[in-house]
Amino acid sequence: MNAFALLFLIAGLGLIGWLTGRARAVRFDRGARGRVNSLPSQHGWYVALWTLLPALLFVAVWSAVSPGLIRQAVLEHPAAAKLSDFAFERDAVIDEAGRVAADPRASAFNPIAAELAPAVREARSRYGWMGGGTAMLLAFAGGAFAFSRLSVDFRARTRVERWVMLILLLASLIAILTTIGIFLSLLWESLRFFSAVSPVELLFGTHWSPQVIDPKHPGASLGAVPLFWGTFFIGAVIAMIVAIPFGLMSAIYLTQYAPARVRAWMKPMLEILAGVPTVVYGYFAALTVAPAVRNLAVALGDTYASSESALAAGLVMGVMIIPFVSSMADDAIAAVPTAMRDGSLAMGATTSETIGRVLIPAALPGVVAGVLLAVSRAIGETMIVVMAASGAANVTLNPFESATTVTKQIVDLLTGEAEFDSPKTLAAFALGLTLFVITLLLNIFALRVVKKYREAYE
Amino acid sequence: MTDRVPSSPKMSARGVNVSYGGTPAIQDVSIDIDMENVTAFIGPSGCGKSTFLRTLNRMNDTIPSAKVTGDITLDGEDIYSAAMDVVQLRARVGMVFQKPNPFPKSIFENVAYGPRIHGLAASRPDMEAIVERSLKRAGLWDEVKDRLSDSGTALSGGQQQRLCIARAIAVDPEVILMDEPCSALDPIATAKIEELIHELRGRYAIVVVTHNMQQAARVSQRTAFFHLGQLVEYGATDDIFTNPRQERTKDYITGRYG
Repeated sequence: MNAFALLFLIAGLGLIGWLTGRARAVRFDRGARGRVNSLPSQHGWYVALWTLLPALLFVAVWSAVSPGLIRQAVLEHPAAAKLSDFAFERDAVIDEAGRVAADPRASAFNPIAAELAPAVREARSRYGWMGGGTAMLLAFAGGAFAFSRLSVDFRARTRVERWVMLILLLASLIAILTTIGIFLSLLWESLRFFSAVSPVELLFGTHWSPQVIDPKHPGASLGAVPLFWGTFFIGAVIAMIVAIPFGLMSAIYLTQYAPARVRAWMKPMLEILAGVPTVVYGYFAALTVAPAVRNLAVALGDTYASSESALAAGLVMGVMIIPFVSSMADDAIAAVPTAMRDGSLAMGATTSETIGRVLIPAALPGVVAGVLLAVSRAIGETMIVVMAASGAANVTLNPFESATTVTKQIVDLLTGEAEFDSPKTLAAFALGLTLFVITLLLNIFALRVVKKYREAYE
Repeated sequence: MTDRVPSSPKMSARGVNVSYGGTPAIQDVSIDIDMENVTAFIGPSGCGKSTFLRTLNRMNDTIPSAKVTGDITLDGEDIYSAAMDVVQLRARVGMVFQKPNPFPKSIFENVAYGPRIHGLAASRPDMEAIVERSLKRAGLWDEVKDRLSDSGTALSGGQQQRLCIARAIAVDPEVILMDEPCSALDPIATAKIEELIHELRGRYAIVVVTHNMQQAARVSQRTAFFHLGQLVEYGATDDIFTNPRQERTKDYITGRYG
């Protein structure tokens, strides 16, 4: 059965449940007091939720389970015996059969796929009806159950409340489950990579040239230290040299000096900077900043300076991070009690003395946490380095030289023609996992610092 | 008993008005504060006593919408004139707040804060002497002398408030303003602060804002009663409490409102 039609039908049943539940509740004898526990519409909602949710939950589970069942059924078809034993090839043929089954105009390239197509169609239809029928049955049963419970004294209001809580809980679980899912899929691919290349070679190897890989010893040219260095140099050193002072000073100005009118337009402007798509920063870095940096390098005597320098990418990344640092520092400074500020001013300290000697030291943990979060954003940033940094994996301290980052290399490894089973491609997942773990640790550490510091003042 | 006006007031206010964003908070207050006596400001919540106190060291400057008119002088100098440096003014007119607000620094650094920013100590021994003298005057020395490097915020509430008084004393002010200094403290800590106020009297001109009438009677020699932004009555504390001239003062003293 078509999924849309099914959802439509379930929704229709829900509506009917609502209407009938409500209609029944309207006719209840309110008794002498004239007050009821729940309003008619709440009875209606109770019936509707019982109609919708079990059926929808079943549909969700079924849509995850049924492809496996269909596949099982197809493999039992006599023609499936002719399939190759090699899993990769077998899957490709079954996928093709599925495509042919879905679209009658398509013709199969592989004769086995053509033979299997009717079986796929048949299995799909069978399981489709099975699932659809069960879902409708559940909807009916749920609705009828709820309807039968309605009475004058039935507390539909509190029951609906409980359902609402359940829905909200499910919604929040989805985000958490997705994070776990991302991590697991990354882990899975990385494990495949680490079965070919030792983690030690990846994490501590200093030679990175994925273009030329020795099939017998792939780890020799997949040493990621230059990438880690480039990431650290661009994201945590150059970008922070820009972002920390400017972010901090703008936060101080905004919280301590700016008149309300100035703050009212300046803060939103800063926040717009945070909302600029990173790809736009990428243009800015590649088209405006990079040539300027190159000219500077030439003026300083480096005639062969590359226009894809670590400095250009790092500078623009730093600008991108400024609003981030600024807003974290802003919060941290604003969280220092006014009494502290007044105490210092009442001693005859000037505003800048108060900031330097009282506010900043008191806000320091929050500022540090903000910087750590900013670093974790910077090292995860992709577009700017993709557009402005080169692919040359150098370990260098010269900001005018080119450097590359983990994210940039992941993009390079996964774009273009690549087999999905080669160590070269799988290296992208291992790098992604490393990056994920590093930023995760940075975030956890930063949040702990923030939390500890918040407690100190409450 | 007659209301004896001291010959040379330390601070004097004439026709002072304060408004916040156009809304008047206090109106036409005139008062003299002298060295010999502790002056108490009493009155119900929102009567303007704290607002007026904060005009005396220009702490209202930190509130952008506040506007102060009238004359306030310190030793005859207009403190709102362009010639008056607010930083110097606050060094001469110190303040202690309602809630103890030690800085998140060591006890030593808390007291050394003021002398350091005003450059009062030429050397480390100088600074140590100032810190010790200030803590002694604030009656805290014996309790903290062995742990001067501990954080000021780790002290008890009463100790914190005495630390704040020591901090204010350390820059050798002429006037100390106390804004309900005991309202966040327990009775024992309160008694210690009151005792301290007695001991500091004469050395500094002291103004104490309080909503506790018994406290005003205990610590002050002169009392000003504020109500609805006006100074209703000002005189010797004994007179205010036993023989008020104004009906409103009498009603407040006897607990009719407030």
